[in-house]
Amino acid sequence: MTQLALVIDLNVCVGCHACVTSCKEWNTAGSAGPLTDQNPYAKDPTGTFLNRVQTFEVGEYPDTQTVHFPKSCLHCEEPPCVPVCPTGASYKRPEDGIVLVDYEKCIGCKYCAWACPYGVRELDQQQKVMTKCTLCVDRIHDVSLPERDRKPACVLACPTHARLFGDIHDPASEVSAAIRENGGYALMPEWGTHPANHYLPRRKTQFRIHPDELKRVDNPLKVDGKLPKPAPGEPALDDVTTW
Amino acid sequence: MRPAWSVILLTTLIGAGQGLFLALYAIEVIAAAGVLAAPGRMFYVAGAVLVLALLAAGLLASFFHLGRPERAWRSAAKWRTSWLSREAIVLPAFMGAVFVYGVAHHLQAGERISLWMGAAGTVLCLALFVCTAMIYACLKFLQEWHTTLTPLNYFLLGTASGFTLAALLAALTAPGATKDLAIAALALGALAYLGRLAALRRNARLRPRSTLATAIGVKHPRITQKAQGFMGGSFNTREFFHGRTRETVRFARGTFLALIFPAPALVLGFSGGNAFPLAVAFALQYAGLLAERWYFFAEANHPQNLYYQAIS
Repeated sequence: MTQLALVIDLNVCVGCHACVTSCKEWNTAGSAGPLTDQNPYAKDPTGTFLNRVQTFEVGEYPDTQTVHFPKSCLHCEEPPCVPVCPTGASYKRPEDGIVLVDYEKCIGCKYCAWACPYGVRELDQQQKVMTKCTLCVDRIHDVSLPERDRKPACVLACPTHARLFGDIHDPASEVSAAIRENGGYALMPEWGTHPANHYLPRRKTQFRIHPDELKRVDNPLKVDGKLPKPAPGEPALDDVTTW
Repeated sequence: MRPAWSVILLTTLIGAGQGLFLALYAIEVIAAAGVLAAPGRMFYVAGAVLVLALLAAGLLASFFHLGRPERAWRSAAKWRTSWLSREAIVLPAFMGAVFVYGVAHHLQAGERISLWMGAAGTVLCLALFVCTAMIYACLKFLQEWHTTLTPLNYFLLGTASGFTLAALLAALTAPGATKDLAIAALALGALAYLGRLAALRRNARLRPRSTLATAIGVKHPRITQKAQGFMGGSFNTREFFHGRTRETVRFARGTFLALIFPAPALVLGFSGGNAFPLAVAFALQYAGLLAERWYFFAEANHPQNLYYQAIS
C-alpha cells in the first residue's frame, strides 16, 4: 500500500515561509480552493492556510537553538479525524493514503478539527467547510505535468530542499531512506495516530578539516602542473606547451 | 476549547427534555404497579409536549453550530464510526417515540400501548445520553473529557434537571406526584453534584500527555514559541481557546457549583409543592447547567494549543 508523505528536515529549514505562500497560491486556485482571507489589508488580517511555519527557541540564552517548524496535515495512518466525521466528508484515500475533505459533503461541524491533536485543519470562513493539506493531490498525479513537477507546491518551492516527498511505505524511496538514515520521527507519538509525515531532527553540523587542506603538501592531481617549455623556434600551443 | 452556545444549549436542553421524559415514564410505571395514584392524562400529554419542545429547541440550537446547516441531513451517514452521526439519528428517533407516547396518552390508547412506547422511548433516551456524551468522551487527547464520568454526568445532570421540571409539571397538572418527583429530583441532583465534583477532582490532577517536546519532537525541557506563523489569528486561535480570564473561568465554576444543586435543593426543600418555587428551582438549576456546560468546554485543553502559544 502506498502512503505518500512529506519528510521535513528541520536541520535545513530556514523559516522563509516560501512553502506557506506557494501552498496558498497553488491551493487557493486548485481543487482545495478558494482559501479565503478576511481583512487581508486591514486590522487583524486572517485567512485559511493549509501550511504554517512556526518558530521555537530551544534552550536558554545564550545556549539556544532556533527551530523553524513547518506544520501541515500529517496524513496520519490512523487518522483520528476520519472516523468522527458524521457525513463521511473526511476520508483517507486507500490508494495513496492522502487524507482529504469532500467539500460537497462537509457540513462544517468542526468535529474533525476537535479530533485532530495537531491543529492542522482550518474551517474556511467563507466556504464554511473544513480545509486541510491535500498534498496537492490535484498536481502530484497530473500526467500532463512534467515528471519533476508532480510534487506538492511546498516541496517545489523550498529553497533549501528541506521538504522531501514520496512513499514512506516503499523502503527504496528517498523519504524512507531519509527517515531511516537521519533519525526521522513523528509528532506526538503518544496518541497512536501514526503520522505519515516525518521530521528530521536538528543535527550537529561538523566541518572536518584535513591537514592537507590547510597546507598544500603537493599537487596530487598535477592539474596545474607546468607544461614543458617549447624549444626555441617551436610554436607555443595551448594544452601542449606553456608560454 | 471555545464554548459554543449552540452546543451548550443543545446539550442542556435535550438533557432536561430527556430527564423529563424519564420522569414521566417512571411515574407511569410506578402508577401502573399500583404504588402511586395514577396522574391524569394532562400530566403525560403536557409533559410529552414539553419534552418535544425542549428537544426541538436543542435541535434548532445545534443547527447554529454548523457551517452548512442545509446539509445537516448528511450527518446520518457514518453511524458505524461517529458518535455525532449516531446522535443525529437517535435524537429524531427519540423525538418520534416521545411524539407517539404523547399521542397514545392523548387518545387514551390504553396503558399497554403507552407503557410499551415509553419503554422504547426510554431505550432511545438512554442511547441519546450515551451518544451525546461520547461525542466528547471519545476524544482521547482531550483528557478532561476522556473519562466515564463524562457520560455519567451528562446522564445525571440531564436527569436531575428533568426531574425538577417534572416536579413543576406535576405541581400544575398532577399535585399527587409532586412530592415524590421533588424527592427524586433532590436525590438525582445530589448524585449529579457528586459526579461533577468527582470530574473536577480528576481533572485538577491531570497531567497533559503532550508537551512542546512531543509536539515538535525536540527532546529538551526548555522550549518556547517565538512565532506561530501569523499575527492576525486563525481558526486554530479562535476555536480552541476560550479567550477569557482565569477569573471568569473560576466564576463559571463557582456559579455552577452553587446553582446545579445547592440553590435549587434549598428552593425545592421549601417549595411545599407550589408551582412558583419549583419554577424558580428549575430556572436556577438550568442556569447552573449552562454555566456547567460552559465550564466543561472551557476547561478542556486541546493539545493543538501547544502550537499557538506566542504570536510573534
